[in-house]
Amino acid sequence: MASEQKVDCGRRRLIVATAAVGGVAGVVTAAPFVASMMPSERAKAAGAPVEVDLSKLALGEMLTVAWRGQPVWVINRTPEMIASLKVTDPLVSDPHSDKLQQPAYCKNETRSIKPEFFVAVGICTHLGCSPSEKFETGAASGVGPNWPGGFLCPCHGSTFDLAGRVYKDKPAPLNLVVPPYMYLSDNKIVIGEDKKGA
Amino acid sequence: MMKKLLLALLFAPLIACASEGELHLDHAPDKLTDQAALQNGAKLFVNYCLNCHSASAMRYNRLQGIGLTDQQIKDNLMFTADKVGELMTIAMRRDEAKQWFGVPPPDLSLEARARASEAGSGADWLYTYLRGFYRDDSRPSGWNNLVFANVAMPHALWQLQGEQVMGADHKLKLAKPGKMTPAEYDAAVGDLVAYLQYMGEPSAQTRKQLGVYVLLFLAAFFVLTYALKREFWKDVH
Amino acid sequence: MAAKMQGLVDWVDERFPLTSSWKAHLAEYYAPKNFNFWYFFGSLALLVLVNQIVTGIFLTMQYKPDASLNSSGVPVAFASVEYIMRDVPWGWLIRYMHSTGASAFFIVVYLHMFRGLLYGSHRKPRELVWIFGMLIFLCLMAEAFFGYLLPWGQMSFWGAQVIVNMFSAIPFIGPDLSLWLRGDFVVGDATLNRFFAFHVIAIPLVLLGLVVAHVIALHEVGSNNPDGIEIKKHKDNKGIPLDGIPFHPYYTVKDIVGVVVFLIVFSAVIFFMPEGGGYFLESNNFIQANPLQTPPHIAPVWYFTPYYSVLRSITYPLFGLEAKFWGVLGMGAAVVIFFFLPWLDRSPVKSIRYKGPIFKTALGLFVTVFLILGYLGMQPPTPARLMLSQACAVIYFAFFLLMPVYSKLDKCRPEPERVTG
Repeated sequence: MASEQKVDCGRRRLIVATAAVGGVAGVVTAAPFVASMMPSERAKAAGAPVEVDLSKLALGEMLTVAWRGQPVWVINRTPEMIASLKVTDPLVSDPHSDKLQQPAYCKNETRSIKPEFFVAVGICTHLGCSPSEKFETGAASGVGPNWPGGFLCPCHGSTFDLAGRVYKDKPAPLNLVVPPYMYLSDNKIVIGEDKKGA
Repeated sequence: MMKKLLLALLFAPLIACASEGELHLDHAPDKLTDQAALQNGAKLFVNYCLNCHSASAMRYNRLQGIGLTDQQIKDNLMFTADKVGELMTIAMRRDEAKQWFGVPPPDLSLEARARASEAGSGADWLYTYLRGFYRDDSRPSGWNNLVFANVAMPHALWQLQGEQVMGADHKLKLAKPGKMTPAEYDAAVGDLVAYLQYMGEPSAQTRKQLGVYVLLFLAAFFVLTYALKREFWKDVH
Repeated sequence: MAAKMQGLVDWVDERFPLTSSWKAHLAEYYAPKNFNFWYFFGSLALLVLVNQIVTGIFLTMQYKPDASLNSSGVPVAFASVEYIMRDVPWGWLIRYMHSTGASAFFIVVYLHMFRGLLYGSHRKPRELVWIFGMLIFLCLMAEAFFGYLLPWGQMSFWGAQVIVNMFSAIPFIGPDLSLWLRGDFVVGDATLNRFFAFHVIAIPLVLLGLVVAHVIALHEVGSNNPDGIEIKKHKDNKGIPLDGIPFHPYYTVKDIVGVVVFLIVFSAVIFFMPEGGGYFLESNNFIQANPLQTPPHIAPVWYFTPYYSVLRSITYPLFGLEAKFWGVLGMGAAVVIFFFLPWLDRSPVKSIRYKGPIFKTALGLFVTVFLILGYLGMQPPTPARLMLSQACAVIYFAFFLLMPVYSKLDKCRPEPERVTG
């Protein structure tokens, strides 16, 4: 009886050890398969930082570039447009950009590095549609008689001001995302990269 | 009848192995772990090959694998592309290239793997080929090659090697020296071939390194599983 | 905790034969205790099948069956394989596991089949086990053939071209059949897409069903063993064969050792020689498909070469039909003839251990001839090689067709009553 128990003990130890080592092998083998579903070098290359030349962007105009396959807006805001942000302050749900929807250097009144140039990912924070520009003010915009200019999402009617801040009581929960970007020169920015050098 | 068959079987290997005229290839030096050589090879490749041949499976930033930084790649090796993540493509249009050379220059991403044969590895073939150009006025390009008869490509490295001619003894002789001595040229071609090998399978070094660990693990696991089997089979008489 | 677990198992057992299946196929499946080296290859075949399915699923996520040229003039399918090899994280490993797995599958299955020949595992009452196994082998060949087109290299293209054209040898309907299989006048994008469909879903479904049938049939009649005798003839008072041991745990722990040894060899190939010396990945297949230029020397992948040699060895017309037809017929027959083995062997004993000198010589000769045909299939044809392959083809078929005669004439030794270990 005693010897039988001893045998069982040794056997159990071996089973546990083999199962443990085999389990580790299984997990390690699974890792490459899981990793293979991460973005490939091609996806990374396609998502590489994008340079934008600002010199040809007229005052009050907007251009859209693709970064990581998403539309990124660059808007050259007029002084009136910048002033409108004061008007919308009480109307938007996160006026001080407290939620982490922008890099620290864009957590300011205009949500930008330079006040005039606004950069944002043009994807609604509700369910991912791309909002349309509604820069005209007042009733002509078709949004409302007191519309100060901004964006309207065609899918579910969320509205954003000219700093990408979402209006109160709209389906979208958060302000538009400001991507990392930096100035390479006065007229050139790079979107997707914000550290010096590299 | 039966005897004949058996006799045929007995001599089967002899008959089967007596094959026709073999291609002689020089053995390429193994420089796959020599980063300086690989970097020199990469430089030769982008300067002399990448004008006409693409390497459309290869990304510039994969040159990190031979010890270069993104900035070094950008500064020294990129003439047409502007992002390090881009592929080594060329501007030359395929239909135009076909008019000029008769065949569009093949993509070289996998050349070192594609040229392997019973005569030698793909590297051996490339090493012999790039050193085997000689003057032949009967060819439209003015060049011919020892291992690739009537090749469409002119000798792209002739300024480095100089001009060889075919002697009466079917051996190549250097008629006009180039910028490099024959020894320097052989070394340079060795570097270029090593780079082509690297480009053929950039993960090859990782693969071999990982393989050592996998085999060591499996050897240890074998001991464990064999002990487990022995333990259980004590019951079986 | 244990009680709760048991409760769950009971709940399932009332609705699904969980415990009874476990017992029937593992814990109370009594296998002969004298299995030797040759008995590892069944479980290894299952392992390789799982490897092919799992790696295949992940390759399907990245591969593109598209023969059109990209902006660099490289076919999209060919480029997508290199994309997997370079750009996809760990893609090279998954692809090498799949490509090496294909060759490993055939090595394992050929050894598994040879085991059957050695110990008479195809003989009564296991005829259906053998037939299901042969159908699996046919599926495997189809799977390998369809899959080999997908990288869209030179060997892929010309291999498919040659094999599809074999169907044109069939009288009357042949040429139209070839056209229908290709869906185009040459092997093209349509062919690539349909081969992809066959490779990733149609054949694997059939294959999985057949594997289940193979195992169920085996477990119905019980495993053969190196002595070729039935262990069910001698049972204890509980009805358990005296020479049987439960498959689990005894053969599970033993097979795990086999699996680890196999993985050592498999990994050595994957990590240190993934091209398998040019046999597993052929150098010509690193060149993109070019419908205008056949490579100077083409040969099928090694696992098809014995049958390919038989095809090439038939060079003369017969009965008013061209040699091409007879070649294709000969090749087909070389595979199909295996199906009839259970009824060709008339020997009173099953195992090679108790068979006489005639059968041993015949089997040795057959294996030699099979290997020589395999070698010749990889070489360019010469008159000497042609004669040799003809001689080998004659012996190949004689092994099967004369078996009813020589297996009866053979002087066998008596089988033992109980297994001899």
